[in-house]
Amino acid sequence: MSTTETNPALQRDSGNASFGGMQARSEVSINTTARVSIRNLDFFYGDNKALKGVNFDLPEKQVTGMIGPSGCGKSTLLRVLNRMYSLYPNQRATGEVLMDGKNMIDPAVDVNELRAKVGMVFQKPTPFPMSIYDNIAFGVKLHEKLNKSQMDERVEWALTRAAIWEESKDRLDRSALGLSGGQQQRLCIARTIAVRPEVILFDEPTSALDPISTLKIEELIDELKRDFTIAIVTHNMQQAARCADQVAFFYLGEMVEIAPAAQMFTAPKQKRTQEYITGRFG
Amino acid sequence: MSTTFTPSAPVRNADVAGGLARRRKIADAAVRWFCIGATILALVFLASIIVTLLWRGLEAMDLTIFTDEFRPTTYGDPSAQKGGLLHAITGSLMMVSLATLIGTPIGLLVGTYLSEYARGSALGNAVRFVSDVLLSAPSILIGLFIYQLVVLPMGGFSGIAGVLSLAIIVIPVVVRTTEDMLSLIPNTLREAVVGLGAPKWKMIILVCYKAAIAGIVTGVLLAIARIAGETAPLLLTSFGNNVVSGAMTRAMASLPVTIYQQANSGYPDLIAIAWSGALIVTLGVLLINIAARALLRNRG
Repeated sequence: MSTTETNPALQRDSGNASFGGMQARSEVSINTTARVSIRNLDFFYGDNKALKGVNFDLPEKQVTGMIGPSGCGKSTLLRVLNRMYSLYPNQRATGEVLMDGKNMIDPAVDVNELRAKVGMVFQKPTPFPMSIYDNIAFGVKLHEKLNKSQMDERVEWALTRAAIWEESKDRLDRSALGLSGGQQQRLCIARTIAVRPEVILFDEPTSALDPISTLKIEELIDELKRDFTIAIVTHNMQQAARCADQVAFFYLGEMVEIAPAAQMFTAPKQKRTQEYITGRFG
Repeated sequence: MSTTFTPSAPVRNADVAGGLARRRKIADAAVRWFCIGATILALVFLASIIVTLLWRGLEAMDLTIFTDEFRPTTYGDPSAQKGGLLHAITGSLMMVSLATLIGTPIGLLVGTYLSEYARGSALGNAVRFVSDVLLSAPSILIGLFIYQLVVLPMGGFSGIAGVLSLAIIVIPVVVRTTEDMLSLIPNTLREAVVGLGAPKWKMIILVCYKAAIAGIVTGVLLAIARIAGETAPLLLTSFGNNVVSGAMTRAMASLPVTIYQQANSGYPDLIAIAWSGALIVTLGVLLINIAARALLRNRG
């Protein structure tokens, strides 16, 4: 795994102008393909502009970490990527989120198809009030018609990939609400990958968990990037350093800087980034 | 922060503190005894109702109450055949169950609309307000409404009219509990469901209802308990009947109306049967309430 591969988004001067990256992009060689490209993205809560001209790429099968102080727009951005905001009136996004050449925030794109491609794991574990097996099968049934043995196989595959098969294989028919917090979160990850998305969004997935469960989830994310493109929002800079290949720093609705993780935490280009990661604000 | 701020301890005046403590103790005791007194008073009334109900209700209680329909007074003649309440029990069971079957789906859907589709919308707030008004409206008004709408055009009292008036009482109760129970479900769970690519209706039916089922069933049980004892609307709609009858288009007996009629008859044997009816209604409602509480406690 190389974290030094060049990525178009990494080379951009994102300090002040949202269009600043446009000329820069054509000049650099592209070694990693962008799975998701975010272009000129603005987001509004009512009249309040929460994202201002955000541009960057999620490189395929890499982990993009998003950091920044509370209210900087990082979670908002994550919720744009699977159009979660469309549940709420008064929230709207303009700009482009490109996947396979299609703008995924265009209302003409079916939102349920988008969400089958872009899965999400939330801050708090959200097991459904049903058995462990049904928790996994629920999402699969929405998009595929599988017979019993195919479904059994898929459930085992998902639980294995989420590193919870050993703990749950003897109680698949019991309520998922009986699992511990860390197990519930891994179940939620299993549920998300069972649908076989291409992109997985993690919204502070370990902030409600103890250190050991956190470690397991981080190892899991590292494992999952072999098959999935991952974006993770975190408040924990060590976590971003441990998990992410590239890190984006957000402040007041703008993406201030994006760089490979190693560079971000050792030699950030922007003063605000440096101040944030050294703990001077946030 | 570079400098530390150390507040000086407040000065304690022993006399003031002692006086305050005494006053607080007295006030504390006074409030406590007022509360206990009020509770005892309420319990005395409640206990006297229950004791009287058991005492008088058991007087005429026997198998005939459940197997025979209305018979005229025996004038104290022990050889004459005593009547029962079978006509009222079957009438009540039929009307209450039909009203529940009609009112529950409507209430469930309105509650779902309020919680899942109309949160914060003007129409939603208006519907919620009207439903709450209906919840506390005097039930005789609902009886009058159905009297105008159904009884007069049909040319007479009917079981159907009784069912409709009871169903109208069921609706706001179920609306309220359904909305409350669905509102308890955290939004994160809803987001998790739609995040998998589920359409909203599947989210509501497959996950939200499942998460709220105990509370929703409790609401339905409470609605049944409420209409099982309703008298006023039935007086104006189903009125009464002296025989066991399944004809919904004719007047139909019910326990509360039969209690009202026989208690007013002036004959001691009929009044005793009315007391038995009151005991049956009370025990039935009590059982439903206990079931509702047990369900709520075992939620999740």
